[in-house]
Amino acid sequence: MAKTDQKHKKSELDAPAFQIPAPNLKHLIGIEGLSALDIHFMLDRAEEMVEISRRVDKRRPTLSGRTLINLFFENSTRTQSSFEIAGKRLGMDVINMAVAQSSVKKGETLVDTAVTLNAMQPDLLVMRHHAAGAAELLAQKVGCSVINAGDGAHEHPTQALLDALTIRRKKGSIEGLVVAICGDVAHSRVARSNILLLNTLGAQVRVIAPSTLLPSSVENLGVTAYRSMEDGLKGCDVVMMLRLQKERMAGAFIPSMREYFRFFGLDKSRIALAKEDAIVMHPGPMNRGVEIASEIADGVQSVIVEQVEMGVAVRMAVMEVLQQSRQENAT
Amino acid sequence: MKGLISSKPPRARLFINARVMDPSQSLDIHADVLVERGKIIQIGKNLPRKHSNKDFKIVDCKSHILTTGLVDLRTFTGEPGSEHRETIKSASKAAAAGGITSFVMMPDTTPVIDDVALVDFVRQRANEKSKVNILPAAALSKGMTGEEMSEFGLLQEAGAVAFTDGRQTVSSAQMMRRALTYAGDFDGLIMAATRDESLGGGVMNAGFNATRMGLPGIPREAEIIPLERDMRLVAMTKGKYHASTLSTSDSVDVIAHAKDKGLNVSAAVAAANIALNENDIGSYRTFLRLSPPLRMEDDRLAMIEGIRNGTIDAIVSNHDPQDVDTKRLPFAEAEDGAVGLESLLAVGLRLYHSNDVPLMRVLECMSSGPAKRLGLKCGTLKVGAPADMILFNPDSPWILREDELHSRSRNTAFEGSRFQGRVLKTIVSGRTVFSRDF
Repeated sequence: MAKTDQKHKKSELDAPAFQIPAPNLKHLIGIEGLSALDIHFMLDRAEEMVEISRRVDKRRPTLSGRTLINLFFENSTRTQSSFEIAGKRLGMDVINMAVAQSSVKKGETLVDTAVTLNAMQPDLLVMRHHAAGAAELLAQKVGCSVINAGDGAHEHPTQALLDALTIRRKKGSIEGLVVAICGDVAHSRVARSNILLLNTLGAQVRVIAPSTLLPSSVENLGVTAYRSMEDGLKGCDVVMMLRLQKERMAGAFIPSMREYFRFFGLDKSRIALAKEDAIVMHPGPMNRGVEIASEIADGVQSVIVEQVEMGVAVRMAVMEVLQQSRQENAT
Repeated sequence: MKGLISSKPPRARLFINARVMDPSQSLDIHADVLVERGKIIQIGKNLPRKHSNKDFKIVDCKSHILTTGLVDLRTFTGEPGSEHRETIKSASKAAAAGGITSFVMMPDTTPVIDDVALVDFVRQRANEKSKVNILPAAALSKGMTGEEMSEFGLLQEAGAVAFTDGRQTVSSAQMMRRALTYAGDFDGLIMAATRDESLGGGVMNAGFNATRMGLPGIPREAEIIPLERDMRLVAMTKGKYHASTLSTSDSVDVIAHAKDKGLNVSAAVAAANIALNENDIGSYRTFLRLSPPLRMEDDRLAMIEGIRNGTIDAIVSNHDPQDVDTKRLPFAEAEDGAVGLESLLAVGLRLYHSNDVPLMRVLECMSSGPAKRLGLKCGTLKVGAPADMILFNPDSPWILREDELHSRSRNTAFEGSRFQGRVLKTIVSGRTVFSRDF
């Protein structure tokens, strides 16, 4: 018996540790459609990855021999590195496509790029794109798994998962927590994914922003909208700040940076309105003095650095789960 | 304008055993129709089966409906300039297959149809290549820039049936005012798109779905504001105005109010907006990225009520062929538009099958209504009128498959849709330009 088992073993994903079946996920396009069970499964797996990442030998070569292609249509050094490190720790061959300098600039469409890459037989494609729906389109055209690393203002699921892991580690559980998401909700994929995830896990979600930065019918997403930090921050367990894009600061949506910081910046007096043990989060990169004061960003309540660490762990978990699910479907 | 050039006059035919429906005369009888030299000669019961002409042919309609050919007020083609999307020839084939015997060709081509020579070009190409009547609309402003008026009088003499900036909304109120005033002297019809450029810069209906999908929305007000402005200008100038495509329930109210006040206005709705709503976009299906955008279910129902009660005068195909290079893109980056010539009748018939609108009214909105608004002789079965007719079975079920479309582009919003009612024969000036076994 043992011998035949050995024969059929394709990778370490077949090892006893992986005998709990993974959620049936071909791609990770968004949080929409995931159940609380799926999310916890990935967060639990990510906890293992945190331990591994803190070791001296950080290798866990469950996905060795497989190919990961990073396809970033928008520049993002942090997220791209996070995916790259995650892939490498799992033993994958990671290729970063320099899209900004490649044929896409010469007018090749996303679909053509997808078909070309698909022919190279990758196992995982990670894509960031400036258009909502791009990840979905890519997933329809390729045979491998797709991880959405952010598509326009639609979703950024790994960010929401890493935020959830950070919260869960700090607070023990997400259910029942009051979470305030502050800032440019209208243009934020991070906000959308987080709202969906936190609601799925039973948190109470608030959004706080000037009305020009709130999308229409935002309440239908299952949140309570506040137009002032003073009202919205009262009694919060988690304060999640969003990055305000520079091009939206001057005139079109808000009059100026200083006016924004005056009314919506997170400073000492405002954080005092939240619960005493509230944590402060930010997906980065921060605009210090615009949405968050430095003393808060570097203060004791801030978990911003931990978020980055959790990012690698969550991405490792997602990659492994997708590959495990694919393998289970194949057999 | 004639269809295919042929030296021989079309042969005389007697269509027997037909349910003859003519919305222009509210006629709905079981009868025979005699057609000769491209014109309708006689309608009656038990017409003589013999004729002096040797080529005389009898067509048994098997009790199917024989009615006026459809007249479409809004078709985009790609000729000249974008022949890979659609030529005049391929558009006419698609029209014939859809039962459309005349269509207004929008001036949004490259170059823009804003000059007498270009109207001549379209008419000449139509004469050479088209199976159906093509009615060129000329640009309202030179180059469709919304700045200088085009030569309404000369263009009308050349055969332009209306003036429009096509997909573009005239942003300057002063420009619209002058166009309405000046065109009024020639009894010229201004057809206007109503989508405010700055407010309507999004890609789908603004609301919860757009928020959920992270797409920029087009608020309803982007349509209502220019429409209300135009109504004020029509009242001021006494011009003749047609709102090309309504999409919101408020727009229907605006038109109803204007008609109550006696303004010379008419309005149309695109077939997609009476059959679909924003939920049909599903997961970023770019073929459902349309202009005007698909709105909410309440808006769809308001369109149907508008058709029923006469506020809306026409159902249009809004046929807008797009190639893969403009459609196989992320939703936010794709072009608007879908082909619609071949699904127009079937979509209209849905209103009849759902018992929302009587069949006669549905046909009126797609034939005699638009023809009357353009002041054309077609769109009727009156004796002496051109024999532009279709024979269709209102009940036969079919499924739309994009690879069966005659159009050069395949961007239909109705891929795989189930329809009831299909064209069996399309006749233009007495000649059969399309037929299907029945």
